Amino acid sequence: MKFPRLQRRTLMLIAIIVPLLMLLIYVAARFGPLAPTEVTVSTVESRTVAPALFGIGTVQARYTYKIGPTFAGRVKRLDVHVGDAVKAGQVLGEMDAVDLDDRIAAQQAAIKSSEAALKQASAKQDFAQTQTNRYEQLLAVHNTSEENVSTKRQELSIANAALAAAREDIVRLRAELEGLRAQRGNLRLVAPVAGLVATRDADPGTTVVAGQAVVEVIDPTSLWIDTRFDQISADGLAAGLPTKVTLRSRQSQVLSGRVMRIEPRADAVTEETLAKIIFDTQPTPLPPLGELAEITVQLGELPAAPTIPNAALRTVNGQRGVWKLVDGDLAFTPLLFGRADLEGNVQVLKGLTAGERVVVYSDKILSAKSRIHIVERLTGVAP
Amino acid sequence: MISLAGRDILHAWGKFIFTGVGLGLLIGVTLTMAGVYRGMVDDGKVLLDNSGADLWVVQKDTLGPYAESSSIPDDLWRSIRTMPGVAEAVNVTYLTMQVVKGSKDVRAMVVGITAGEAGTPGWPPQLVAGRQITRSHYEAVADIATGFQLGDVLKIRRNHYTVVGLTRRMVSSSGDPMVFIPLKDAQEAQFLKDNDAILMQRRRTEANPAFNRPGVPGLLDAVIASQTSNSSVNAVLVRIQPEFSQKEVAEPIRRWKRLTVYDRAQMESILVGKLIATSAKQIGMFLVILALVSAAIVAFIIYTLTMDKIREIAVLKLIGTRNRTIAWMILQQALVLGVIGFVVGKISATFAAPLFPKYVLLTPADSVLGFFAVLAICVLSSIVAIRMALKVDPAEAIGG
Repeated sequence: MKFPRLQRRTLMLIAIIVPLLMLLIYVAARFGPLAPTEVTVSTVESRTVAPALFGIGTVQARYTYKIGPTFAGRVKRLDVHVGDAVKAGQVLGEMDAVDLDDRIAAQQAAIKSSEAALKQASAKQDFAQTQTNRYEQLLAVHNTSEENVSTKRQELSIANAALAAAREDIVRLRAELEGLRAQRGNLRLVAPVAGLVATRDADPGTTVVAGQAVVEVIDPTSLWIDTRFDQISADGLAAGLPTKVTLRSRQSQVLSGRVMRIEPRADAVTEETLAKIIFDTQPTPLPPLGELAEITVQLGELPAAPTIPNAALRTVNGQRGVWKLVDGDLAFTPLLFGRADLEGNVQVLKGLTAGERVVVYSDKILSAKSRIHIVERLTGVAP
Repeated sequence: MISLAGRDILHAWGKFIFTGVGLGLLIGVTLTMAGVYRGMVDDGKVLLDNSGADLWVVQKDTLGPYAESSSIPDDLWRSIRTMPGVAEAVNVTYLTMQVVKGSKDVRAMVVGITAGEAGTPGWPPQLVAGRQITRSHYEAVADIATGFQLGDVLKIRRNHYTVVGLTRRMVSSSGDPMVFIPLKDAQEAQFLKDNDAILMQRRRTEANPAFNRPGVPGLLDAVIASQTSNSSVNAVLVRIQPEFSQKEVAEPIRRWKRLTVYDRAQMESILVGKLIATSAKQIGMFLVILALVSAAIVAFIIYTLTMDKIREIAVLKLIGTRNRTIAWMILQQALVLGVIGFVVGKISATFAAPLFPKYVLLTPADSVLGFFAVLAICVLSSIVAIRMALKVDPAEAIGG
């Protein structure tokens, strides 16, 4: 009667204690620092890799014309606005002439005045010529003195010189008038080529210095992307390579282009190589200048070689390599790497052959003594 | 020989087990607290491990880059690279900020890693999913603790980054998960303000007559451009050649480059000794109090258990049981209680640890120490109960 009750109690006690102890052992072995490190393993495949280069750039116009006065002055009128299409030779605006028109009028008056002076000089010369002729005839018949003839001849020379001076004066004044007119013409702001007004930096009434741009005209058919590639990943960049362009405002749209040239001068401060990318076909509507663009330059496909994901790369004692799985044990193998593509596949030049198994993902830093537990996917990682 | 303690435990086993479980939860909290402290220290250590550096070159006379802000020019690595014994020198930036994904944001430490290949110092040493960064812009590797998934798009300042890889236990010394992005983006993020701030700054610069001079067209543009670019990094991580010692490499840089250089041991003492010193002490203090309270409760429980059966003990004495036998019974019960408590505590602490927002590290050494501490507390607290039991008058078995 009493015995079975005791038996049941003991059993129940054991039923609680034993699972508790087993749970403790499980917990101690499976969690915390004594637990094996979870790793995933992948098999090295021999495959081709198509490396690509990635850079960012801004949309820019290849030809930009900054139009402004060559003298300091005030803007009188400006007929175009940003976005207007302009033709070659079109007058975009004009600078204030200040007193230039008055000076031209004065110059014209001065020319008229000197034309009158020319007539006067011409009349005087005519008279001096007539007088000289008459006195020479009189001298021939000894009817006048030698001295009188000399006086008349001198008067003729003076009249000739005065006439020449008056003629040259007109030429000078005309030339001056042309100069003023040229200056007057220079005050007009003229588009040198057909294009698009990109900026309008000053409005009528603004005073600008010589050389300051009033309007900026771009050639919309000459858009290119000023692109920067980090020098460390610019190997293989060459003119003519096909390019994918993604504009920040049109993320879903991939535009095609190609590398036009690589700048001979790199940016020494930012350690970047500069290149110009042009569109195969001009996108419509035109992207605004200065817009950010992501550039992917596709290089040619490389021959097949053992390839590993870059997540498998580890650095041990300053050497780059992978943890190889040899008979279930870990062995670190330093490797020589070739090119990689943007999807993270790295070709191995030396140290690994296809078919070998390497550790890809791991929870902790591994060592040769690490106990590992190979899983399909690490815990906590969503499929 | 019949086990008195065993019999007694079996007599009221339910009560005994439940007392043990209760005690276990208390011990579990104590162990967890110790784990929180270890976790804080470990956060600092993994931060250093994950950087993969042997030396940290920072701005002169700063405790950077983790404990203090440090700023050095980003072309300085070139001259450090040429110093004797330097195998690799790479730029790195650290910035703790809110990283936005959709409508929620996560506090994270944004690490700017230099362009190159996986395995470069500063890069995450291993991943748990995805791949390492391959593009020099707008890709990110995030720690799994941020809650981000592969393919998520994060917003850091103005730019959007696609998560291409996930890490685990990549945290800052304060336990914030890390987000790795390319260095050039990070430099920009560190300096780049929001659009409103940029516009206001532009307006302010325009209003400054020194910069906006009518006679010098282009000056304003140049000034604004120089204001919105950043050519600083927080530190240069140096990996040394194996045949050199850390001191041999650090000293010339310190002397000739006039920069502050920390080696691994110094960095650890900065992180553990300075950065988390007060919070660690806080936790340590709490741990001591918790241990004292646990000891008091264990003593109290054993005392109560003994007092419950004081009449039975009197009977035992009456029938001539030796004092030693009675003392051994109480001690045995106390020890069994302690063992059950420890087991339950250890299990509960292990299962509770991942639920904590910050890392809780339960080391085997702590567990072993905890086990013996629990047993010692049980022995000590049973002494009071044993004294009580031995003093009891056998006559009480009949009277009372």
